[in-house]
Amino acid sequence: MFGTRRDMIGLLIFAALILLVLPAALDLFRLNNVGKYLTYAFVAVGLVLCWGLGGVLSLGQGVFFGLGGYAMAMFLKLEASSPEATAIQSTPGIPDFMDWNQITELPWFWEPFHNLGFTIIAIIALPTIFAYILGAMLFKRRVGGVYFAIITQAVASILTILIVGQQGLTGGINGITDLRTLLGWDIRDDSAKYILYYLNGFLLIAVILAGQFIKNGKIGRILVALRDKEDRVRFTGYDVAAYKTFIFCVAAAFSGIGGAMFTLQVGFMSPSFVGIVPSIEMVVFCALGGRLSLLGAAYGALIVNYAKTVFSESFPELWLFAMGALFIGVVVAFPQGLAGLWQQYVQPSLIRLVSRKPSATAPAGPTAPAPGE
Amino acid sequence: MFDGYTASELVSILAMQGFAGLILFSVFLLMALGLAIIFGQMGVINMAHGEFMILGAYMTYLTSTITAEYFPGLFAGYFFVAMLVAFITAGALGLLMEWALIRHLYKRPLDTLLATWGVSLILQQTYRSVFGAREVGVSLPDWMMGALPLSDTIEVPINGLFVMALTLVISGIVFLLMFRSSWGLQVRAVTQNRVMAGAAGINGRRVDAMTFALGCGIAGVAGSAFTMIGSTGPTSGQLYIVDTFLVVVFGGAQSLLGTIASALTISQSQSTLEFFLSGSMAKVFTLLVVVLILLIRPQGLFVLKVRKA
Repeated sequence: MFGTRRDMIGLLIFAALILLVLPAALDLFRLNNVGKYLTYAFVAVGLVLCWGLGGVLSLGQGVFFGLGGYAMAMFLKLEASSPEATAIQSTPGIPDFMDWNQITELPWFWEPFHNLGFTIIAIIALPTIFAYILGAMLFKRRVGGVYFAIITQAVASILTILIVGQQGLTGGINGITDLRTLLGWDIRDDSAKYILYYLNGFLLIAVILAGQFIKNGKIGRILVALRDKEDRVRFTGYDVAAYKTFIFCVAAAFSGIGGAMFTLQVGFMSPSFVGIVPSIEMVVFCALGGRLSLLGAAYGALIVNYAKTVFSESFPELWLFAMGALFIGVVVAFPQGLAGLWQQYVQPSLIRLVSRKPSATAPAGPTAPAPGE
Repeated sequence: MFDGYTASELVSILAMQGFAGLILFSVFLLMALGLAIIFGQMGVINMAHGEFMILGAYMTYLTSTITAEYFPGLFAGYFFVAMLVAFITAGALGLLMEWALIRHLYKRPLDTLLATWGVSLILQQTYRSVFGAREVGVSLPDWMMGALPLSDTIEVPINGLFVMALTLVISGIVFLLMFRSSWGLQVRAVTQNRVMAGAAGINGRRVDAMTFALGCGIAGVAGSAFTMIGSTGPTSGQLYIVDTFLVVVFGGAQSLLGTIASALTISQSQSTLEFFLSGSMAKVFTLLVVVLILLIRPQGLFVLKVRKA
């Protein structure tokens, strides 16, 4: 139900890597960084579903990442801005940046975020509803491919400008910073960081499992079919728009969870994770890892971000060159990304090595062609 | 929002903002024209379009510096040389990129988007390494400075007029090229039906390469014009790319007339709103309206009626 035996072995290896090997091998600072990279993996996994499987390329996944992240940040910020903690402000009890911007009352849309239950629902529901509105309107009118990508990009741009512009309501360009506790539990101390890392890891594995469930089920097969020949699927009587909207919403919900975990682990949220550039970078994680492989995308997020950290620490001016070359190289030479290379070259010889049976039933790699549109 | 202004003040404000909008429109249109050719006619999403524009801007900067240094007597006319240089360098780079990258990806439009984004990152870093991270501005010759007073309260800057005239000329040339020349006929033929055009003896590969180069060249000229109203930095191009794509999509991707109409609508509404709202809110509002209209009418303002193969 959740995938073939090989999928499960792959997932087990991945789980062992992020839950056992990395925590044992890295110090807390690096582990916290890895945790941050893994939050992007949520987005990348969502992109595999909607882009790799469904052929819907969204260049606005940062919007959903941001919505989830901001929902979490708003709750934490309200908790950090209790009237006692903010007694020196001219209006105690509201977040500090509002006070700096001469706002004297908590805006109405902040009010519900006093409640953790509401916040957790909002982290998933906000991106999903937003994606539903966008998807339902666009897919029903048969907007797809390039146009969809450009419109999602515009949405990302709008949201960024809005957040930056409305400094008093959103924290502006600095974002929502100085987050301290979750229901009185200090999220900044060492044990909390470990707990959050593991929570993040388990959630990611759950999300990948959910992704495999979708991918291997009927929905997954219909998505692949409509990616390759949308009209035929439509003529067969399927509601193409509904399937696309569904998978877009799933990707958005995953991104929202990733955003919330980002806020919890990194301790702030800012518009620099919402806009066009981060959104496109997230697509790169997915493209490099393999747009058809859920695990590949997660590895892609890890590898690209690790490389980014290493590069920007030692050769800051080379990073953009490397990133640009990576983009071009992956797109031109390996459209299936690392996962494709693995399935094409490494896996067959590995299987031959392990089984030593000539009849080893190795399904020939991913046979699906690169999604054109 | 109209409180506190008398009627004549309002008229002046609207006129001035309208004129500022016209200048914005001109630059938008110049950028969008190149993109409309590449995206509308060829279906290629060139995310590096903004960087081609900035290349033109840097070339203008270089030309102005060199002229001021070695040929100070010719400074009054350097701009025309600069535009030519910008056109040729941007066009040549476009030709190179088409040959090296784009032609392998024509069947995968979403992948061109990613690959050209990679190109744009590399170009940005190249600009940063060559010209430095700080923004540069060009000094204008004397005759472009100053403003032309139309009435007591309304005056228009001369460089703005120049940009507008330039836009007019270039749009005219593009129209002539696309609709009155045999080359334009070939481009339109290839767009509508590549196989049939090939059967009629049109070399599709060559048309693609020339179309792409022309689009990039026009972006270079747009960058040249851009230096007159703003300063140039390595990432300036990125700021405009989404707006430009929206202009093209909003206008209806394959219609040049639509591109003009949508550039006008977007720039006018933005600059007029800017006076009453803050700059960022004006932009949010404009983009939001454009996206909402696109949600309702995804094919854009003007639709070219073509039977798809």
